[in-house]
Amino acid sequence: MENEAYFDVNAFASLGQSNSIFGVSLMDNIDIYPNIKVVTSDMALAAGLDRFRYLYPDSFYNVGIAEQNLIGVAAGLASEGFKSIAVAQAAFISMRSFEMVRQYLGYMHNNVILVGLNAGFLLKFFGNTHYATEDLSLMRGIPGMIVLSPADAGEAVKAFEAALRTDASVYIRLTGLKEAPIVYKEDFSYEIGKSNVIHEGDDITIFATGSMVHQVIIAGDLLETQGIKARIVDVHTIKPMDVDIVNDSKHSKLFVSVEEHNLIGGLGSSISEYISEFTDYPPLLRLGVKDAFSIPGDYEYLLKQNRLMPDLIAEDIINKYKQ
Amino acid sequence: MMINNQQSINSIEKISHEIRLRIVELTFQSRKYGAHIGGSLSSVEILATLFHSVVQNKPNSIEERDRVILSKGHAALALYCVLESVGLLSKEELDTFEGNGSQFLAHAKRDITKGLEFSGGSLGLGISYAVGVALACKAKGINNQIYVLLGDGECDEGLVWEALMCVKNYNLTNFTAIVDFNHLQADGFTEEVMNTDSLFDKFTAFGFKTIETDGHSIKDLVGAFGKRSDSKPNAIIARTIKGKGISFMENKRNWHHGILSDIQYKKAIDELNKWNSTDGE
Repeated sequence: MENEAYFDVNAFASLGQSNSIFGVSLMDNIDIYPNIKVVTSDMALAAGLDRFRYLYPDSFYNVGIAEQNLIGVAAGLASEGFKSIAVAQAAFISMRSFEMVRQYLGYMHNNVILVGLNAGFLLKFFGNTHYATEDLSLMRGIPGMIVLSPADAGEAVKAFEAALRTDASVYIRLTGLKEAPIVYKEDFSYEIGKSNVIHEGDDITIFATGSMVHQVIIAGDLLETQGIKARIVDVHTIKPMDVDIVNDSKHSKLFVSVEEHNLIGGLGSSISEYISEFTDYPPLLRLGVKDAFSIPGDYEYLLKQNRLMPDLIAEDIINKYKQ
Repeated sequence: MMINNQQSINSIEKISHEIRLRIVELTFQSRKYGAHIGGSLSSVEILATLFHSVVQNKPNSIEERDRVILSKGHAALALYCVLESVGLLSKEELDTFEGNGSQFLAHAKRDITKGLEFSGGSLGLGISYAVGVALACKAKGINNQIYVLLGDGECDEGLVWEALMCVKNYNLTNFTAIVDFNHLQADGFTEEVMNTDSLFDKFTAFGFKTIETDGHSIKDLVGAFGKRSDSKPNAIIARTIKGKGISFMENKRNWHHGILSDIQYKKAIDELNKWNSTDGE
């Protein structure tokens, strides 16, 4: 926190996650961490890195459309003591480069910050080749990786700055539309591995991550009208998992997890892995992307298809809660 | 440290012979687990020349050392034996080869204090990592060289070519790729499995100053390293023989990874010693 001079919610909200990180935060932090090296695979423009590239040409490398080599180069730079940041589409940095991430970052302990752009369904009409709905599962499976999934642009900046301060490899998953609503309307405290409670409620606990935090806030209002009081938790850190917040929510009658990610391997999986060892936790309703390829369309169409719009989330929760 | 006199060449030839004996000995010691002996034997002279005549190891500044990155990670056995010959590994350490809990497995694990720059094993990954290292050394203003040893079979991997493109894009003159061109991969001759011919043309087309040389001739290898360009990245295509020095292993795909019986072990040692004594005449 000591490095953060200001926190301009409105500016971040208008920029979106990626531009807030690379257009604003990175510019501030290059003075604090002059050994930063940013490597991208032809995604500078899309990521909002153009200004950085122009102002700091010696701190920027473009390896072309070559995500495997992206990780090798970023890791090689890290091995020589640079603070290395690799930027690519979430789908490709997590899937095409998976073995490189496991080997160079996981096994060899070269610390690199991976920024996965456009995770989930953000690339809409590009179709399933460009959707990243397995990235949490993949990145979480690598020993030592920290996996962050910020809920809005301001939290993305917090995640990035926390990653810069961390002596480990970090995957930052960027979700949510550029014009996505903000979750945090004022400055807040952010600590890797410590979830934020957005709303208190005694009946159920909803654990949400990334783009789904905002959806769940609206769903929570709908549940309230039905007399169900929901505790809403922003699980911004997928790994290491925040077991304290799960333990602290034990009194709830129902746990719900909501993520723009395959139901296999993400947030819901990590909670169920933990609570399955005990007998005194409530049942967990996992909401997310069904284990199927989606039919492409606009963002809302894709979320509806996977029952991830607020009204559908609320409906599924009510049905389960009444059982 | 580039040396070129006949006496030094003779001495590296002698060291190469000792390294071959050690490779055979350790392969035999590993018993039923076997070792990647074929591709280790093909890279002996390349690695011996590098470490005994080309590489700068500045004891006062580990930061400024030349980096040798073994991208064909399965030749770790040869690298270990060469590092032993320059005193970076002890005999006691290397005698643990392929033992439970040993640091010295079929594929090396990074430990720069011992000259092991990279955790090899997955092909193509060493060269890509080396590009990052070369960029980093350049950015830090270190005047050194990054040497990467590749296999010709390894050149099937797409990542190799992504990395080579990047080397030229940043015109990394501190980068030298060496291909141990032994014409064999696990399934057979590269010309039959996946024909990468002509590697010389390919490297040249990718913007490298490329030299083709006899990868078992110390004299030729020393010469090739000495002809390094200062304005382009460099590549050496070293023509080698997989299983070099042992008749029943040479050019045999089944010796990519193999187990030595008592009889084969004795025959291998005898042949190497005979070859060495004829060579000296």
